[in-house]
Amino acid sequence: MQSDEGKIGRLMRENFAWATAPDPAGSVRRATTEPPWAQVLLVGGAIAFLGLFLFVPLLAVFEEALRNGVGAYAAAIAQPEARSAIKLTLLTAAVVVPLNLVFGLAAAWLITRFEFRGKNLLTTLIDLPFAVSPVIAGMIYVLMFGSQGWFGGWLGAHHIRIIFAVPGIILATTFVTFPFIARELIPLMEAAGTDEEEAALTLGASGWQMFFRVTLPNVKWGLLYGLVICNARAMGEFGAVSVVSGHIRGLTNTMPLYVEILYNDYQFAASFAVASLLTLLALLTLAAKSVLGRRVARPSSQQPRPERSGKLAA
Amino acid sequence: MGYTIVYLSLIALIPLSTLVLKTTGMGWERFWQVVASPRVIATYRLSIGASLAGALLNSVFGMLVAWTLVRYRFFGRAIVDALVDLPFALPTSVAGITLTAVYSTNGWIGRLLAPAGIKVAFTPLGVIVALTFVGLPFVVRTIQPVLQELEPELEEAAATLGASRLQTFRRVIGPVLLPALLTGFALAFARALGEYGSVVFISGNMPMRTEVVPLLIMTELEQFDYQAATAIALVMLLMSFGMLFLINLLQRWSAGRHAV
Repeated sequence: MQSDEGKIGRLMRENFAWATAPDPAGSVRRATTEPPWAQVLLVGGAIAFLGLFLFVPLLAVFEEALRNGVGAYAAAIAQPEARSAIKLTLLTAAVVVPLNLVFGLAAAWLITRFEFRGKNLLTTLIDLPFAVSPVIAGMIYVLMFGSQGWFGGWLGAHHIRIIFAVPGIILATTFVTFPFIARELIPLMEAAGTDEEEAALTLGASGWQMFFRVTLPNVKWGLLYGLVICNARAMGEFGAVSVVSGHIRGLTNTMPLYVEILYNDYQFAASFAVASLLTLLALLTLAAKSVLGRRVARPSSQQPRPERSGKLAA
Repeated sequence: MGYTIVYLSLIALIPLSTLVLKTTGMGWERFWQVVASPRVIATYRLSIGASLAGALLNSVFGMLVAWTLVRYRFFGRAIVDALVDLPFALPTSVAGITLTAVYSTNGWIGRLLAPAGIKVAFTPLGVIVALTFVGLPFVVRTIQPVLQELEPELEEAAATLGASRLQTFRRVIGPVLLPALLTGFALAFARALGEYGSVVFISGNMPMRTEVVPLLIMTELEQFDYQAATAIALVMLLMSFGMLFLINLLQRWSAGRHAV
């Protein structure tokens, strides 16, 4: 039951190990490297694969978006429906990210600072959204709050709309994105240990002072990293939101949904124009990720799991 | 502590339990009728088959990508490395329409394949392309750190003992990478199994032919057949949990191997 490391969170954290690792390809180690032709072949193969699945589609977004010229591009984005989709996407992220920030901090605090029964279960539960299909994630809220759902009758009688309305979109997005910040923080807080916090307390700091002056600064880059990823997913979630939104134009369409609607209306250029905004956001996220990734101190990167006692603050 | 658990319960546990309760309410016979109908079986087959194919493709090429990123220095390597995560960051609907545009018969890549009689968009092949795209980062990102920490002494020892590079790779590096490779494979497979957004555009959604499980759930929901939707979703959820369990086992195995 020691698999505390999250799945995606772990992958994301480990992907910048190369940035700090010493260059493995030293110039003298002829016997342990491949001949130049093989290197060219391997690099070529890798680039060709990535080209087919990543680079060409990435370029295609912008080519399709600008197909009818810059004027059409700007017009597509300035449409009232597009603007309301952008607003809703920003609103969703503005609500969901702080919610998950508080949850992430609380969950990481709980898991790294206390011992209790069911801790492993809790850690696994935090990963739940990674395993559940987005369609199912949206559907469970329809089952609860939809007109035929558990609370459907009561909500209907009080004229509260959750499904096919903004609250449903926020709920579904919260579900899909709650692991990201917690997953970033747990290993960092584990590695930072409690020594400095205890020192702060003995020096007379209050609980909150300790939290804001010691705990938070220790994990700030990791926290920012989690925020960036959480925000990207919150703005980009499609499947789960699609189930609960009802696709009401100008009201419950987020940007990813609006992309779909335009596409299904054969307004390809407009669809790609909105898509290109989301793509830019994704590229920005990746840039932020690789910059932040280098900044996160990673004391736990070499040893898979530091012991709970005897940890040193890095 | 209370806060964390209440939050988790409200957001995840209680809603998920409705799924199970809703299905238990429908009776075994009706459940079986839905879950084992030919159209549903066809979607399971396609979902599992295409996810496997995508995960396999990603295993082979993911290993290649990880290898080149760790071992070689080439122009633009840092950018390539950052872009590997694009499928994590790009909204799936954007991925869906873009892949469809590129792989349809008049798209950049589809145009080249069309003369050879290969159609990608709106065929099961298109589903595989989309599922390969969404699973792409997983194998690369699980293998990369292991390759990084691999001690050069192992390979040097193999070389002094007269092993060729290929032999070293097969006998020395391969076994070390295996747990990570399997974990990456399982992660890519699990992700592909539940994928909706990027598949819905490129598949064409023809029942019995290019319909995947999440899509069928969506269709049932849109027709307000909540019972059928929940039944299919429950089967899918069980598969996902199975994968989650398997991935946990694999990660523990690979962590164990890693520490030695």
